[in-house]
Amino acid sequence: MAVMNYIDAITLAMKEEMERDENVFVLGEDVGKKGGVFKATAGLYDQFGEDRVLDTPLAESAIAGVGIGAAMYGLRPIAEMQFADFIMPAVNQIISEASRIRYRSNNDWSCPIVFRAPFGGGVHGALYHSQSVEAIFANQPGLKIVIPSTPYDAKGLLKAAIRDDDPVMFFEHKRAYRLIKGEVPEEDYTIEIGKADVKREGEDITVITYGLAVHFALQAAERLAEDGYSAHILDLRTIYPLDKEGIIEAAKKTGKVLLVTEDNKEGSIIGEVAAIVAENCLFDLDAPIMRLAGPDIPAMPYAPTMEKFFMINPDKVEKAMRELAEY
Amino acid sequence: MSAKHEEIGLSNDDVLKMYETMLMARRVDERMWLLNRAGKIPFVISCQGQEAAQVGAAFALDNEKDYIAPYYRDMGVVLHFGMTPKDLMLSAFAKAEDPNSGGRQMPGHFGQKKNRILTGSSPVTTQLPHAVGVALAGKMKKQDFITFTTLGEGSSNQGDFHEGMNFAGVHKLPVIIMVENNKYAISVPFERQIASKNVSDRAIGYGMPGVTIDGNDPIEVYKHVKEAADRARRGEGPSLIETVSERMTAHSSDDDQRQYRAADELAAQKDKDPILLFGAYLKENGILNDELEKEINDRIMVIVNEATDYAEDAPYAAPEDALKYVYAEKGGNE
Repeated sequence: MAVMNYIDAITLAMKEEMERDENVFVLGEDVGKKGGVFKATAGLYDQFGEDRVLDTPLAESAIAGVGIGAAMYGLRPIAEMQFADFIMPAVNQIISEASRIRYRSNNDWSCPIVFRAPFGGGVHGALYHSQSVEAIFANQPGLKIVIPSTPYDAKGLLKAAIRDDDPVMFFEHKRAYRLIKGEVPEEDYTIEIGKADVKREGEDITVITYGLAVHFALQAAERLAEDGYSAHILDLRTIYPLDKEGIIEAAKKTGKVLLVTEDNKEGSIIGEVAAIVAENCLFDLDAPIMRLAGPDIPAMPYAPTMEKFFMINPDKVEKAMRELAEY
Repeated sequence: MSAKHEEIGLSNDDVLKMYETMLMARRVDERMWLLNRAGKIPFVISCQGQEAAQVGAAFALDNEKDYIAPYYRDMGVVLHFGMTPKDLMLSAFAKAEDPNSGGRQMPGHFGQKKNRILTGSSPVTTQLPHAVGVALAGKMKKQDFITFTTLGEGSSNQGDFHEGMNFAGVHKLPVIIMVENNKYAISVPFERQIASKNVSDRAIGYGMPGVTIDGNDPIEVYKHVKEAADRARRGEGPSLIETVSERMTAHSSDDDQRQYRAADELAAQKDKDPILLFGAYLKENGILNDELEKEINDRIMVIVNEATDYAEDAPYAAPEDALKYVYAEKGGNE
């Protein structure tokens, strides 16, 4: 099994799916010759040609809308948004169109498209190259939202997203691209969308999170273990629709729940996770549900002092975990 | 001297069929207004005044292989592409059997996969990039169909118009974009919507030809859409066509256009009714007479009556059917 970067697992998933199914193609800004600004599509242009790795005009609503049209015809587009922060002009196409095409046509038409976008902070990206935008899409039935944390999950989930018969938003943490490495099987495999994954078994507290924060929690858990606290860590992986059973099971396991997101606190995904736990686990809880998130300011600033203040990190997660464990 | 339609290769039979389709659209539309005013259906959005543009264009396409992304007034277009008066009435009554949406969407939100009519929404102009995407898919798959999309002139201010036009122009895709200019975007007149003289002036910015033509003359519309279709099929790229016609009703059944249009302006547009103009043309050329006109109208009214009765009696979807088809599953119109 090869050890590879998170971004290379994403590239490999696209390459394998394009080899498997000639209806799969990529479109977006700079995805062709350049191979993407992060190099997520590196090598695909040379292997598959300009028709299947299509450099588009700089216009996000057209990238989404043209992709949606091709998906309605029966192709399997992967539409890349250069940064999740720049997806806003395409929101009408994604929410009003892609998410509703099956429903509004009474199952006559469908829209099997993947919207890939790098998100997340800690890269000196300031307000418009750092945001977590997933919550905007997370009350739109018809859409699925996937955020992998490991290279293994990234490959399996992206392949599943491409094969899915409905639109899938696939957010990739841009700091994880070359920071996170892991084993990735060379053979074909998919991971079921809609299923959370236990990344660490534990008895004392449960941490539920997703994306890069999974790694912060894993690091913090190792430190806590030295003090005798055992942390159970659930990686949501699909943040819409949520894996309610997986969340309830993980919460009941320890009765102490910490929810972590890099997004602003109010209105984020973990608020919904908290509601699921509150609705279903009241008599299993031994402490109030605890949330760790970014502050409610528009987005993270550029200056390193303020960026660090905004971002969660292993220390902040460890502090919250310890507080909960000692409750 | 031969008649105008013969000069562009249309037979007497062809133009009579166009007339019938225009009249069918008008009669279905008129019935929907009656049903609305009688309190039987909640909403109507009308094709009246634009039938010549719609039917002339639709006849210039191949209704057995081309794809269309119509907008909400396009009853004349979808009728030629295989949607029936019964289908339209089922949609008006929001009944389960409605092929557009199973009663989920308001009337005018067309969609029917078997006839290659893309499903549409209410935010305007979103269908234009979809038509471009289907054209891109066809080009990638080396198919010889073209796509045809329509919108109102007000909608040509939306970003999706410009982004979609540019994409089609850059990649020379087989798309026809037809703007049905009825001079009003609900209450706001053309000169408060569009800074250029014509919508078609915008074509040059996107590397495609643009023309403004008389939307009350189905033969003129046919001629231009046919030329654009031939260009597209030859791989020469997209075209923009602006048809100018009248909006003979209020924007919708919830609007009253007397509040913002002068009485003399409204009276004057009766002289531009495309059904009357085209009927007169057919009579001048000996293709239609009073007897045949009555026969056609009677035949259409039988169909409209049957469609109305059928749709009114048809069952609604069960309440809990609202839960179906959020994600892939079997059933429905699939």
